[in-house]
Amino acid sequence: MMKKMERRKKRLDRSIKVRSEGLYGLSSWREMTYMLLPGALFLVGLLLLPLVLDMYWQKVLCGACIYALLALGFDFLASWVGLVCLGGALFIGTGGYISGLLDAKLGLPAFFSIPIAAVGGAFICTLCLLPCLRLRGIYFAIISFMFPLFAVHIIVALNAFGGTEGISALSIFPNIWTEQYLALAVVLISLFAIRRLVKEDFGLILRGIKDNEQAVRASGINITRYKAAAVFIAALIGCFGGAYLSHLYGWLGVSLFAMDFSILPIAASVMGGMGSLAGPVLGALILTPLSEALRGFGQLRVVLYCLILIGFMVYKPEGLFNYLKRKYHQFERWEDL
Amino acid sequence: MTEPPILEAKGISKSFGGIQAVCNVSLKLYKGEILGVIGPNGSGKTTLVNLITGFVSANTGEIFFKGKDITGWAPHKITNLGLTRTFQVMRPYHSLPAYKNLVVPLNSPRVRGTRGGKFGDRDTVAIDILEELGFERDARVPYKPASTLPLGYLKRLELGRCIALKPEVIICDEIFSGLSMSEIASMIPLLEKLQKEGITMMMIEHRLRELFRLTNRLVVMNFGEKIAEGIPGEIMKNQEVKEAYIGTEIS
Amino acid sequence: MDILIYGTINSVTLALIAVGFTLVYGVSRVPNFAHGSIYVLVGFLTWTFINDLKINYLLAILFSLAIAAMIGLFIYRFILIRLRGMPTSEIIASFAVGLIILEGLRMQGIGGFKGFIGPFYVLPPFVEGKVNIFGIFVDFQRLIILGIGLAIALLLWAFTHHTRIGLSLRAIAQDEQAAMMLGINSDRTAMISLAVGSALAGLAAVTILPLGNVTAEAGYKVLIHALAICVVGGLGSWTGSIFAAFAIGFATKISTSLFGAVWESVVLVGTIILILLFKPSGLLGKQKELEDRV
Repeated sequence: MMKKMERRKKRLDRSIKVRSEGLYGLSSWREMTYMLLPGALFLVGLLLLPLVLDMYWQKVLCGACIYALLALGFDFLASWVGLVCLGGALFIGTGGYISGLLDAKLGLPAFFSIPIAAVGGAFICTLCLLPCLRLRGIYFAIISFMFPLFAVHIIVALNAFGGTEGISALSIFPNIWTEQYLALAVVLISLFAIRRLVKEDFGLILRGIKDNEQAVRASGINITRYKAAAVFIAALIGCFGGAYLSHLYGWLGVSLFAMDFSILPIAASVMGGMGSLAGPVLGALILTPLSEALRGFGQLRVVLYCLILIGFMVYKPEGLFNYLKRKYHQFERWEDL
Repeated sequence: MTEPPILEAKGISKSFGGIQAVCNVSLKLYKGEILGVIGPNGSGKTTLVNLITGFVSANTGEIFFKGKDITGWAPHKITNLGLTRTFQVMRPYHSLPAYKNLVVPLNSPRVRGTRGGKFGDRDTVAIDILEELGFERDARVPYKPASTLPLGYLKRLELGRCIALKPEVIICDEIFSGLSMSEIASMIPLLEKLQKEGITMMMIEHRLRELFRLTNRLVVMNFGEKIAEGIPGEIMKNQEVKEAYIGTEIS
Repeated sequence: MDILIYGTINSVTLALIAVGFTLVYGVSRVPNFAHGSIYVLVGFLTWTFINDLKINYLLAILFSLAIAAMIGLFIYRFILIRLRGMPTSEIIASFAVGLIILEGLRMQGIGGFKGFIGPFYVLPPFVEGKVNIFGIFVDFQRLIILGIGLAIALLLWAFTHHTRIGLSLRAIAQDEQAAMMLGINSDRTAMISLAVGSALAGLAAVTILPLGNVTAEAGYKVLIHALAICVVGGLGSWTGSIFAAFAIGFATKISTSLFGAVWESVVLVGTIILILLFKPSGLLGKQKELEDRV
């Protein structure tokens, strides 16, 4: 016999949320503040953060930005196109190697090598992943997982591009402020750009591809082309992250293809709130310092990321960002039946 | 008919791992007509549509559209030539407004350039198309999420998806299924209007009486084969057709 | 000649590794990314049983296999079952579990757990010694691999064609909804398939690992090989996996003897990409793989 429910939880929009719907958000300062405050606080806080951190944590923040880019790309591909990318390391590695090699072999300064590596790397990664875009999502997951590991194999086996030792003495950024704000700027710009992009028809089609591929095909759309475009975008920001990383420490090596770059963004995405694009960025900003703090524990970190990931997926699938957003906009109360 | 058919299928067959879904089917579709394709459940009608529109690749046979050999072409390329189809099971965007479903086809290469309204955007074109289909603009029906619309509207939404592509041929896969008599009655003038505008149609249907009001030529399928073709009067007297639908006589 | 023998042994090895994965994917449509980790886990468990707990070899193996099956079951029962129907989440979750196990084995310093690092862990072969076949000396262990591979193939065939549980696995693999309408419980079947798949991974481990040593890194290698075989052979097709195993097994052996061991990965990647470009559903994959039912 089922227990008779006597109460149930009801969720209601806060009255201020209702009052600031659509155009009415401009009706008074109160509504505008309500709508803009969280975003503004976050933005300003983020931009002011480098000023209050010491050198060590500033470097950590740079790292967090790189992971944020990867997490953003992962969420974009997973929630908007339905492609689970288990190999963020591929982007980091490709971007890092191209940028580093341009620097080491051709003497190209970071100002040029980073953009070239970002775009060129994105092309290469998209080409690598192209064969599996015609197929179901599972193939993409498998191939994206395998590629970074293969890349390491091949580099080590052929002893190319510096082999296991890598290449050092690459140019680094002129000062700490360029480092910091470049990373932050790119993260914020990417976030806003992708959010804007998915609100356009492009995002509509991608969603269609994720939910109902056949109908989109029957509407005359070349699915593979759109998937490739989405992969290119994710690869672009990922390769930028890799290129940036190689100049952050002035060094490149096979560790650019490390598993860490594949896993942490996934954990950050799930924890931050998949689908929201901003959530994964938030997740990365939280998880990276956490993982830094646990550096002494070695492999435990990976175990921890995965436990957090599974925990969130099973118990709080909406993720941190969506949870906070919901709490901000709605309140709950028990209602008697 | 003296002019060449706009769509022609020659000897198409398809088997799925031992089950022969379609067996050596040939048919011709002439411009401006409405061709009905009927047959009992499981006779391979939907597979035939999938084969013609490129969703499934045929084992044998060829398909010609407007004189071009489109055998083996990808579905989106075939659609961009002007050959469109509806789906029996529709899965429109649930929480987005209904007209958004039409924005997707409006992005296809065939009709990309179409803009409309004061701001030249695709949303307006989509809403206009829906209005032509009977989505009352005043009642804001095009803006309702698809999950709230009744089946009749959803079917018309699916038709709208095809119309947005400025098609030359629409293949309707059981578009009357699940509709009430009044909903069908309101759909028939719509289809007649499309025919008057020059769109050729092929209709897979079960509702024979309603179908006969629209078409004057039928193809009958059973067990994957074409067993009869002609005008409704003759078809209904055909022994094989009767057996397919009703069964053999017990003597 | 030795290419023939070693090629065959290599192929059967690969097939053994892949069969558990194919089984799980074919039935529950979930790629068990924890496959490689269970392989390694069984290796370490057996080692611990033999060396630290001094248990008889055979018993140790049986215990480890049982534990592997339990873990497989738990993965489904507690994690995957809540994610049914959301393919992206399923993939992510199984991937995460695999990583937990693999990296967990490498952990050091938690509660005195030393972590399995370094090439010190060796499992003894079942039977020592070599045998002379056509002038080539082949370890007995390798022949045992052949034997067990064959036995597993036969057993699996019998299981899936003649037992109720096996038949229900095949039913779900072919058409889940139809099977459910016939009363086959898809969740229970998925749990069973995961248990069997994990046990198979463990069996592959105890048979193959005695040839070398047990390392945690091997987990990734095993996973990649299993994935590669399934992609080339066609996800969900058992016979396809066997074909693919032989194709890849021979291809890599031949390229190794001709060009050197370093090209093994290149050959692997190359094969996968070629297959994806020209026959995407794999060598023997069913066409349904590529096109969804409309």
